Amino acid sequence: MSEQRPSPTPPAEDATPSDEGPGRSAKGPSRRAVLGVAGAAAGIAASGGIGFQVGRQTAPPPGEGQFPFLGAHQSGILTPQQDRLHFAAFDITTDSRDRVIALLRRWTQAAATLMAGSQVGGGAVGGPDLLPPDDTGEALDLGASGLTITFGFGRSMFLADGADRFGLADALPDQLLELPHFAGDALEQNLSHGDLCIQACANDPQVAVHAIRNLARLAIGDAHVRWAQLGFGRTSSTTRAQKTPRNLMGFKDGTANIRAEDKGLVDRWLWADGSDGQQWMHDGTYLVARKIRILIENWDRTSLSEQEDAVGRTKGSGAPLSGGNEFTDPNFRARDSAGSLLIPTDSHVTIAHPSRWDGVKMLRRGFNYTDGADALGKLDGGLFFIAFVRDPRAQYVPMQEEMSRADRMTVEYLRTVGSAVFAVPPGVAQGSSLGDGGAYIGEALFA
Amino acid sequence: MITRSGWARACAVPVAALLLAACTGEPGVRDVTVSVTSTDDACAVSRSSTPAGNVVFSLKNDGSQATGFRVYEQDGTAVVAAVENVGPGASSDLVVNLTAGDYVTACDPGMDGDEIRRELTATEAGAAATPTGEHAEALHTASADYLAYVRAEIDTLMHKTEAFAEALASGDDETAKAMYADSRVHWLRIEPIAAHFGDLVPLLDLREADLGPNEQWLGWHHAEKLLWPPAEGYTVDQATRAELADRLVSDTANLQSRVSAGDFTVEAFQIGNGAKELLDDVAATKITGDEEIWSGTDLWDIQASIDGARRAFESLKPVVIDRDPKLVAELDERFAAAQSVLSAHGSIAEGFTLYPDLTSEQVLELSRTIEALSEPLSRLTAAAVL
Repeated sequence: MSEQRPSPTPPAEDATPSDEGPGRSAKGPSRRAVLGVAGAAAGIAASGGIGFQVGRQTAPPPGEGQFPFLGAHQSGILTPQQDRLHFAAFDITTDSRDRVIALLRRWTQAAATLMAGSQVGGGAVGGPDLLPPDDTGEALDLGASGLTITFGFGRSMFLADGADRFGLADALPDQLLELPHFAGDALEQNLSHGDLCIQACANDPQVAVHAIRNLARLAIGDAHVRWAQLGFGRTSSTTRAQKTPRNLMGFKDGTANIRAEDKGLVDRWLWADGSDGQQWMHDGTYLVARKIRILIENWDRTSLSEQEDAVGRTKGSGAPLSGGNEFTDPNFRARDSAGSLLIPTDSHVTIAHPSRWDGVKMLRRGFNYTDGADALGKLDGGLFFIAFVRDPRAQYVPMQEEMSRADRMTVEYLRTVGSAVFAVPPGVAQGSSLGDGGAYIGEALFA
Repeated sequence: MITRSGWARACAVPVAALLLAACTGEPGVRDVTVSVTSTDDACAVSRSSTPAGNVVFSLKNDGSQATGFRVYEQDGTAVVAAVENVGPGASSDLVVNLTAGDYVTACDPGMDGDEIRRELTATEAGAAATPTGEHAEALHTASADYLAYVRAEIDTLMHKTEAFAEALASGDDETAKAMYADSRVHWLRIEPIAAHFGDLVPLLDLREADLGPNEQWLGWHHAEKLLWPPAEGYTVDQATRAELADRLVSDTANLQSRVSAGDFTVEAFQIGNGAKELLDDVAATKITGDEEIWSGTDLWDIQASIDGARRAFESLKPVVIDRDPKLVAELDERFAAAQSVLSAHGSIAEGFTLYPDLTSEQVLELSRTIEALSEPLSRLTAAAVL
């Protein structure tokens, strides 16, 4: 699980002529000149970020990290959760299996390049004057910023209206299900589903946007963005070192999350195994994405005790209402002096707690989002829920069915407007070469 | 749809306060009785606070196994007094002289040491910080006033529902359509009370989008879809239609009988919270036209919600007027403003504009004026109860 460790960004090398100055004046060696060729072909992780040093003018901001692209698992899953998200789902517009494979190769190579803090293709500047630059350029001075890029395959890539589009129907995992309608769902089709997805997470919003923008551009003609979501502010912690953040309801979220350190839980609940049904998914996982709008104004008008009852935790410390601190196990039998249960039976923590579900766990990796204001001037925001699970049928659906009808917080204050499930294939192995004829994400599926 | 079923705990503090107020006799009564009911998984203690002095713990074992009851010092380990091995169905009194301070009480069903504990405070006489005589009495009056309104609305709802169901069952769709929105007005005005019974709202007011998989769709909105079928058409067989009509009547009758029961009460906090919930629901589904997607009669629902909220406010007003006159003045003003915007689109008697015929500017104006009302309304409960 090398992906958990952010490699410290190498110190900057000075005195390299700028490739980042105003457009045409840049004539010196550019980092794209190195990376466009060597970086992609040699494998970024193996090169330890060497390419990254070339052409850097200034030291990266403190706290900036760089994560390796290559590894048994894709990045952006157990990686310490970053604060910014740009997520996009795509419709494949080509009928050609070969073109899909070629797209995945382009994406794989570009993802490795982007995660190294570099520019895609021929770079943003310094190329032929009469050509539009390959890279859109807005991330030029921002470094890697902890960027991770995670790819997923939707059910409709395997089977769409019964059609086996790319000869993949037999490889469709049972786990990649079509979610049932949950009570209260208000799904908008243009915010749901997709043949492919890319999750870009970073500590700088512009770096995440740059990644999706450039990957989408590389796909034009073969795949088009179906929907996309920006997220600010993580709502989960994926390592013990991270504090539990707050969601837009003002509560700590994801306290019961799997953490990267929980090796046993990770192996049990996160990573798919060949024995799960599809060998190509070995070391992969499944991503459940739900765009959950919070009825913010209603929530804000709700008394503190009602808010805490709906969640089942105190707003300040995140401790269960039965007492203790944030990480104390809730005592669902504890009563107050009037004889009432301290944690109401319809609170979120009661319904969602692993103890109710035979210890079933998920790795939550969601983000707060806001899309501005709606037509009535209300905050159009909520939680872009992302969970990684080994089997959504067992680890997501039963709990969501219960939550959608019995969890007071969900029923009263949340409305799910977007929904999708993706199979996240394993990573590209260490030492692989990328580019034409090279390794790519999902290769075992198409082999 | 209001689906709260968690009132008990949400209001544990005010309830306890009210109960206490209700049963606090004259200070100086020497012996105070605290009822303790021990069951297999619960330990109900009738009060969390008691005047210091002789306290009689009246233990009743309603469980299936022997139980024990103990009073500990604040530290939870030093036993002040205890009674052990009280058999199933048996009772026992434990008299303890408590000095002012904090204590822990515990039932031990099964006598296995797995106690159900809670805190008990003994206060110096007269130190109780709970609603006192006049305040408690005003709250009581408010409750009685509001309950009378609820019962009257439900009686009207019952009559109108019966007539509606008859038209629905007999296939007289035009009559049923004419009665639909007007009948629902009486339902929506008191929906927070119906929501007090967790089982009734899903039977009566589930929207199609609220349905879970394989769930039978009963209630008003299924009738709505039948009467205003979508463009691609929607029909059900006669038996389904008849059952829908029958259940509307029987489930409403069930609500009526529960609310008519002599021991049914509405606490002040429930009145205030119910008003807030009504307007929450306006914001969640009605102002967006998602409540009545087939009939477009959302403005009737909005009027009914405002009616219900306003009536709740009027019931509590005598309690709040001295405690927070500014809030009362603000709510008076905001209710009037919202009503004036809504009245521009019609009335229950004359009918309203259908939601799809409203311009987006009109919806925005309505939304803003109701938001402006909802915000101060969310402070009503605390102003009345605390």
